[in-house]
Formats: sequence, structure tokens, C-alpha cells
Amino acid sequence: MSDAVIAKGDGDAARWRKALPALATLGALAAIVAAAMTGVIARGNLVYDVFIDPFIAIASLPDLFVQTVWEGFVAGVLYALIALGFVLIYKASGVFNFAQGIMVVFAALTLVGLYEFMDNAGLPAGGFLALLALVLTLAVMFALAVTVERVVLRPLVNQPEIILFMATFGLTYVLIGFGEMVFGGNPKVMITQALGLPTGVSDFAILGGRVSIQHLDVAAAIIATTMIACLAFFFQYTRIGRALRAVADSHKAALSVGITLNQIWIVVWFAAGIVALVTGIMWGARSDVSFALDIIALKALPVLILGGFTSIPGAIIGGLIIGIGEKLGEFYWGPLFGNGIETWFAYIIALIFLLFRPHGLFGEKIIERI
Amino acid sequence: MYYRETGQYKTSYIGDMAVFPIRQDRIGIALILLAAYVGIPALSSEFVLKTIMIPSLVFALAAIGLNILVGYTGLISLGTAGFMGVGAYACYKLTLAFPEINIVVWIIASGFFSAAIGVLFGLPSLRIKGFYLAVATLAAQFFLQWSFVRVPWLFNYNTSGSIEVPTRTLMGVAITGPTASLEAKYLICLTIVVLLTWLASNLVHGRVGRAWMAVRDMDIAAELMGIKLFEAKLLAFAVSSFYCGVAGAMAVFLWLGGAEAGTEFSIQRSFVILFIVIIGGLGSLIGSFLGAALLVAQPTILKFGLPAIGIPLTGANAEHINSMITGALIIFFLIVEPLGLARLWQITKQKLRVWPFPY
Repeated sequence: MSDAVIAKGDGDAARWRKALPALATLGALAAIVAAAMTGVIARGNLVYDVFIDPFIAIASLPDLFVQTVWEGFVAGVLYALIALGFVLIYKASGVFNFAQGIMVVFAALTLVGLYEFMDNAGLPAGGFLALLALVLTLAVMFALAVTVERVVLRPLVNQPEIILFMATFGLTYVLIGFGEMVFGGNPKVMITQALGLPTGVSDFAILGGRVSIQHLDVAAAIIATTMIACLAFFFQYTRIGRALRAVADSHKAALSVGITLNQIWIVVWFAAGIVALVTGIMWGARSDVSFALDIIALKALPVLILGGFTSIPGAIIGGLIIGIGEKLGEFYWGPLFGNGIETWFAYIIALIFLLFRPHGLFGEKIIERI
Repeated sequence: MYYRETGQYKTSYIGDMAVFPIRQDRIGIALILLAAYVGIPALSSEFVLKTIMIPSLVFALAAIGLNILVGYTGLISLGTAGFMGVGAYACYKLTLAFPEINIVVWIIASGFFSAAIGVLFGLPSLRIKGFYLAVATLAAQFFLQWSFVRVPWLFNYNTSGSIEVPTRTLMGVAITGPTASLEAKYLICLTIVVLLTWLASNLVHGRVGRAWMAVRDMDIAAELMGIKLFEAKLLAFAVSSFYCGVAGAMAVFLWLGGAEAGTEFSIQRSFVILFIVIIGGLGSLIGSFLGAALLVAQPTILKFGLPAIGIPLTGANAEHINSMITGALIIFFLIVEPLGLARLWQITKQKLRVWPFPY
């Protein structure tokens, strides 16, 4: 009995020790606010600039804040889309597909390139042609999936994860070289109109100011949500979806119950290709379609580690956290550091989360045994 | 027939632990060093020195650094170029602050600054593993690259935002800056690389290296055997960053003669060094050299080799084909020989031993 009491006492002490950092942080924040109110620290003081000034800016111009959050939200949805492509492939084949970013660019370039080519060949431009180009692009992505499976994945069955990861690096470089050779290095304009995507801006008057929302962004959010819902349904309720989850659990066990690994991989890479195409259209419509876009893959990586490699909800929530956090950080805290902090701010957010949850927010806990 | 160890007995423990236990190997390494020190500077043109030899050495050193982390300790890092940049900028600031001290000292010393930064960014590796760590090291890459552009103190408030290498001498001979001869730069590079490789070879063959490899193979098991993970991993980060930092300082001072931060230490460079390590062979020092030589020489060979055999090639296309070939090479090597060029080297040696018989 005395053991139990000691254990309980230990538990209390441990709990207090755990709560200590949080309490200390709260105390420090309260002290800073108090210091600011009493005028001990003021503008120009670093502590003031970091902890007080941005919040005053937020409170004084709430419409600007809403605008920033909205922009962050849209960016976050798009990050989530890219991260989703990674998660799909990782879940089903254990491959951390570095080439997802370049697949986005490649899909978008193929779409635009095919459209231009057919347009120049004399076919009437417009919605039908765009649809045709879309279908042809899907065919190209399917061909890519088959090729990757045949040439890269099949000979590398049973290799450690890092080898497969490196192989996708190789794939990235092949796709960059091939894409630039075929489509040229010049930026292209996404065929937003022909695809029937809305363009235009709506202004809303809220909180004593104006918030302008691009129709395209709304469409992007809706399409992304629909696609994520479709994918979730596909994974949860279809025969192939079940097979995919079986493969993710164990290659060997899946093979032994008669699931064809090769076929599953083609399906997975094709699904990732479709996600890449949708992402490419959305990103391309917001800026040019060029190989500079492949840095968005690097933007998606912090989303991925934040949400966890194996979790679809993780990708979505991670995307939103990174998207909104990044925009707010750049807008309110960026000038303090001389701007341009967008390139690494997302990584720092993700790193902070990782220190507390080493497998991301929703990632599967890796249980290590000897 | 000539490459045999028959009749060579190991009579002491020291002899047994030697890095080159076979006499022919020792003669071979002496010949290679002789060729590198005398033959290459005497025979090769300025062009070869500038575009192939010096960059090969620089990249080989960086690859050794990365290999210590990825190949020996099993921690994936994508921040190599960032650490190279730390070395370069540290060297620049140091030589401007203390111009009277020899530049070679500063090139080596800049590695320590890089090592300190490396340890800092290596701290998460104790908690984060695998791909999560790989992405976490990207934080280092992007943060460091950003600070090279945005912190004007680092490039001494130049309006151009880039660093210019001042002229420095060693025993009266200019070795850095625009007036230095390529031969002098090459010899300094070679000496630093040879010394550091010798050091690395001793590290990875000794107790420290064995601890790293144990961590690589299974870190929990290594911990149970009494290896302190905290020290082993952070030491790996420190040593790795030290090598990368020295390589970075060499790249700017002895090869490029100046650096644009945004381009020289970009993530692309990190990837290239990772490829060198993969193609050369994970966990192999000789592989780092072979891989660096291959990846550095490949664009030049393509550019001048293909037109020579009658295939016309424009500049842009050459770059695209180069990128495709690099990618294809990586995939090819992973499929055919996951252990890289180093493994091919071993196979060749084995074949030589039994030649002219097949077994």
C-alpha cells in the first residue's frame, strides 16, 4: 500500500513537472503583457516587437487579418493536396515519393502542352478541347504509373525504404530533364478559362473593412474537398481500396491472400498522378506553369511531417496549419526578420511540433523492437 | 597474378588492423598520390584543373562528410549545402577579420563553425527518426540559405550581396584570389583532402566509427550495448558538418573565387552531394571519390563527347540530357548495384586477386 502512495505521489510530482514549462510560458507571457501595458517596454524593443506589436496590428485591422487567414487557408488546401499525393503512395507502397512535386509540374505541363498542340493543329479551342486534353493527360499519367512500376519499383521489391526513396530522386531528375526537353523551359499559362474554372474577385465588407476573395480559390477549396472525400470513400469502401490498405500493412501477407502487388502499385501511382494533375491545375491557375513550381513539393514536406506520413486527415490539418501559420508569420512577424521567412518558417513550425510528437500529429507510432 | 597477398604475414595486431594490409595496395596508393601531386598538375590543362579536378576534390570532401552521416551513422541529411555555406562564410569573415593568419588555417578552422551549427541542427535527431529527420534537416538547409541572403553582416554589407575572395598567400605564393595559379589552388585542395581523408579513414575504422555503424544498423540495440546514442549521433553530425564546412570554404576560396549565396549553396547542391554518396556507395570513403569524379566529369564529357561522336547538342539540351542521365544513373545503380561504385571497385580487386582463374 505504501508503494501505491509513493507511486501516486510520484505521479503528482511528474504531472507538475510536466505542467511546469506551460506554466512558465504563461507566466512569461503575462509578464511581457504587463510590461507593455505599463510602458516598461515599447516599440523597438525586440520582446515588444515579437510578442505585442503583431497582436496590436491584428486587433486594429481585423479585416486584414481575415484576408491573411483566408489566403493562408487556400495555400493550406493546396499544400494539403500535394501532401495527399505523398501520403497515398507512402501508405500503399511504403515509398516516400520525392517525385510527387515534379509529377505535379509534369501533369500541368502535359495538359497545357497538349492543349496548345491541338489548338495549333487546327482544332477549335474551348471547353471540348480542354476536356480532350484532360483525358489525354490522364492517359499520360497512367502510362507514367505503368512505366514507374515496371522500370523502377518492380526490380526494387524488398529493398529498404531508403533505397526506394533515393530511386524517386532519380525519377525526379529524369522527369525534369524529359519535361524540359519536350515542353521547353518557358513558363506557360494554365488554360483556366477553357477548363471552365471561374475567374474573378468578390469583395465582402466585414469587420469594418473589405476582404476580397478570388473565385478560383473558392473553386480550389471545393474541388480539393471533393477529391479528398472521394479518395477517402475509395480507400474505405471499394475492393481495391481494401487491397491497398492490405498492401500497406504487409506486402507479404497481401501477396499470400492473392493481391497482385504490381497492379496495386499501378493503381496507387495513377491515383497519385490524378492528385498531381488536380494540384497542378490549381497551382498553375494561380501562377504560371513552369518548373519553378517544383519547389511546392518542398513546401509540402513540412506539412507531411507535421501531419504524419501515414495519415490523410493529418495531411489536411497539417496543410492548413502550415498554410495559415506561414502567411500569418510572413505578414506579421516577417518584417522583423527582414522578410522572406516563408522559405523556412513552415519547417520551423513543423520542427516544433515534431519535438513534442516525433511521428507527427496523426502518424502511426513506430514501435521499435530488438 | 601480381595482385596477391601470398607470403605477406601479419605478425602484429597493428599490422592486422592496417587500412592497407596488402603491400600492393600500399604501392598502389603511393602511385596514385604521386600521380595526383606530380603528374596531374604537370600534365593537365587549366581547363581540366578548373572544371574537373578541383571540383571533384571539393565534392569528394563534402561527400565524405555526408557519407559519415548517411552511410556510417544512418541519419539522412538533406542540408549539406547549408553546412558548406556556413564553412564558406565563416572562412570569409575570419580571413577578413584576421588577414595576418594563413588562409589554410582559416579554411580548416571554418569547419569548426560549421560543426557547431551542425550539432545544433542535429539535436532533433535524438528524437526524430528516418524520413522525419530527413525533412527536419531541410529546415537547416532553408534557414541557412535564407540567412546567407538576408543577414548582411555575413557578406560584410556588400551591395552585391555576394562574397569576393581576397588574395592570400602561402610562403609567398598566391593561393587564393584572382591572381593565384590553378596549380597552387589544386595542390592546396589536394593536400587538405588527403589529410582529412586519412583522418576520416582512421575515425571510421576505429572505436568511433564502429559505434556509428552500430547506431546505423539498429540504434536501440546499440544503446543496449552501451553506446551513448546522444554522443554518437551528435558526434556524427559534428564531424560530418566539419567536413562539409571545410569543403564549402574550399569551394569558395579555391574553386569558385566568390559565391552568390542563393545559387551556390542551394538545395540542388545538397541533392547532388547525396547522389554522389549513393552512386559512389553508402558507407565507403573510396566511393565518395569515385562518385564525385563521375558526377563532376559527366556534364563535361556529355558536352564535348557527344558532338565529338557526331551528335549535335545545344547548351540547353545538354543540360536536360545531363539531368536525365543523372536520374537514370541513380535508378540504374540502385537496381543493379545498390552498394555503388565502391562495390564495383571491390569486385574488380577480387577479380584481380584470382586472375587469370575465374575463382
